[in-house]
Amino acid sequence: MTDLLTATGLKKHFVIGQSGILKRKPITVKAVDGVSFAVREGETFGLVGESGSGKSTVAYTIIGMYQPTEGNIAFRGQSLFQGDKKRSSAVKKEIQIVFQDPGSSLNPRRTVKQIVELPLQIHQPEKDPLPKIVRLLEMVELPPDYVHKYPQMLGGGEKQMVAIARALATNPSFVILDEPTSALDVSIQAKIINLLIRLQEEFHLSYLFITHDLSLMRNVASRVAIMYLGKICEIAEAAEFFRNPYHPYTQMLLSSIPVVSAAEEELKPKKITSRGEIPSPVNVPSGCSFHPRCPEKMDLCSMEDPLMVEVEEGHTVRCHLFSPEQGGL
Amino acid sequence: MVPAKPLASAKRMENLRRNWYKFSRNRMSILGLFTVLLVTFLAVFAPLVAPYPKHASAFVDFANASRPPSLEYPFGTDVIGRDILSRIFFGFRFSLGMGVIVLSLVVPPGVVLGLVAGYNQGTWLDTVIMRITDIFLAVPSLVLALAICSVLTPNLFNAMLAVSLMWWPWYARLVYGLASTLRNEFFVASAETIGASKFHILFREILPNCISPIFTKMSLDMGWVIIIGSALSFVGLGVQAPRPGLGTMVSDGSKYLPEQWWISVFPSLAIVLVVLGFNLLGDGLRDMFAAEEV
Repeated sequence: MTDLLTATGLKKHFVIGQSGILKRKPITVKAVDGVSFAVREGETFGLVGESGSGKSTVAYTIIGMYQPTEGNIAFRGQSLFQGDKKRSSAVKKEIQIVFQDPGSSLNPRRTVKQIVELPLQIHQPEKDPLPKIVRLLEMVELPPDYVHKYPQMLGGGEKQMVAIARALATNPSFVILDEPTSALDVSIQAKIINLLIRLQEEFHLSYLFITHDLSLMRNVASRVAIMYLGKICEIAEAAEFFRNPYHPYTQMLLSSIPVVSAAEEELKPKKITSRGEIPSPVNVPSGCSFHPRCPEKMDLCSMEDPLMVEVEEGHTVRCHLFSPEQGGL
Repeated sequence: MVPAKPLASAKRMENLRRNWYKFSRNRMSILGLFTVLLVTFLAVFAPLVAPYPKHASAFVDFANASRPPSLEYPFGTDVIGRDILSRIFFGFRFSLGMGVIVLSLVVPPGVVLGLVAGYNQGTWLDTVIMRITDIFLAVPSLVLALAICSVLTPNLFNAMLAVSLMWWPWYARLVYGLASTLRNEFFVASAETIGASKFHILFREILPNCISPIFTKMSLDMGWVIIIGSALSFVGLGVQAPRPGLGTMVSDGSKYLPEQWWISVFPSLAIVLVVLGFNLLGDGLRDMFAAEEV
């Protein structure tokens, strides 16, 4: 499988104020601080992290809401950020996003028809777009008479379906799903997930699936990356990721998934109690940013930031336990 | 296959009915609406409903000068024998006309500037627009209007111009606040990433969400504009005699207080009635729209 979208050394820092007596020193939030990954064609790449880890910032940078501070993102080998040049409409068409909260991503003063029509108007103007809109609604399993409804008349799941229909209107090849189910009831979550899986097969879509829900990733992702304070800790194939996690943070997260049966309990890595909470991204700890919470902390950890190391094929980890200097495994 | 449109219009009817219910729960808003409708009716049909339509302009009848309120002249007559009631009806025309014209001059530029500045919050455009707005707001409004009216010829047109010049910043401020919040909504981000034009984002995505507060402010402002217009007329810078401006009438009658009290008291009450009506209506609208948000 070829890489569709690659991020290399992506950084996004926000200046949120000034410190010091003369207010000369800018206070920056390193929301994304050196992230590299590749999303392959037709796969679902899961980006997992606690809130504040920078996963949504990655998404917003990809769709062009933010300019990266450093690094680059390439789509089909072409850089998305070439100086001040505006993104071509062909690329805008190809990359779409479904936001987390459908209550905010659908304009309450516009009908479903107007909402789904907008991308069509811009990219594929037609004399009578109604049949196409109805077809898009059918694709996301909404009845055709919804075209004249306003978002407030719809349920949370239905709103998210409209958002998905809007994202698919331009026939994209790459769709970012920014926590598409976290604002929904559990009963509707499964429905949306199944819909997304079906659409992926039908239209050969590639997903960047952003979530904080690891157990959801087990079912939908082909590969998973874990983010912590703006950096990726571990990337692996989904099966490998859940069976054989290397990074202490991943182990901590996996061991904190609640389970119901003894069989599931056995699948879990050894129990690691989570300590503390994610620090503020304004004050990132020195060295490896996870060291204050890490149960296997060494002296080196607070001094030096580890590098990404490929421990097994397709399984990379950023932890001193696996650095070559430490003798690897 | 093709979706039925009637469903949407039925929904709209139902929304209308629901809004009316919310509005009508408060008796004061109904009173406000009724007052505004009554005053509008009297203003529009003044020549038909006024007992002495001729008294609205230069008319002299010394035989009936300074008559106290009676059956023949319900609000009395002024010092040259004109019926106060008839003149009040015609006075409503100037007051309402001024309100409508001023607001239609003021709202579009204020709203557009507020939208542009709010959407571009934090950029030089925001700074330029909002600082100019602040400069206008820093000058006391009545003083600015007095200055303009006294430099130019004092007449109704210049009074409206003066009031308009000092009124638009309030709309710019209101819409600026709304737009700078709305621009962070994800539907704006969504339109941006799809590649929608700035025009579309400002007028199709953001503006429709500002309509309710704008309407509420307009109905409240009708009252204020009428007060300022009357104040300008009172000092002789608005409606000019022999035309019956409510402020002009209060001013004329004030010389004969307290003996011939009816000459200025009834026009004053008329101003109170109009302003109160619009304020109650505005409050009702505000409550209705606030309930809608929930």
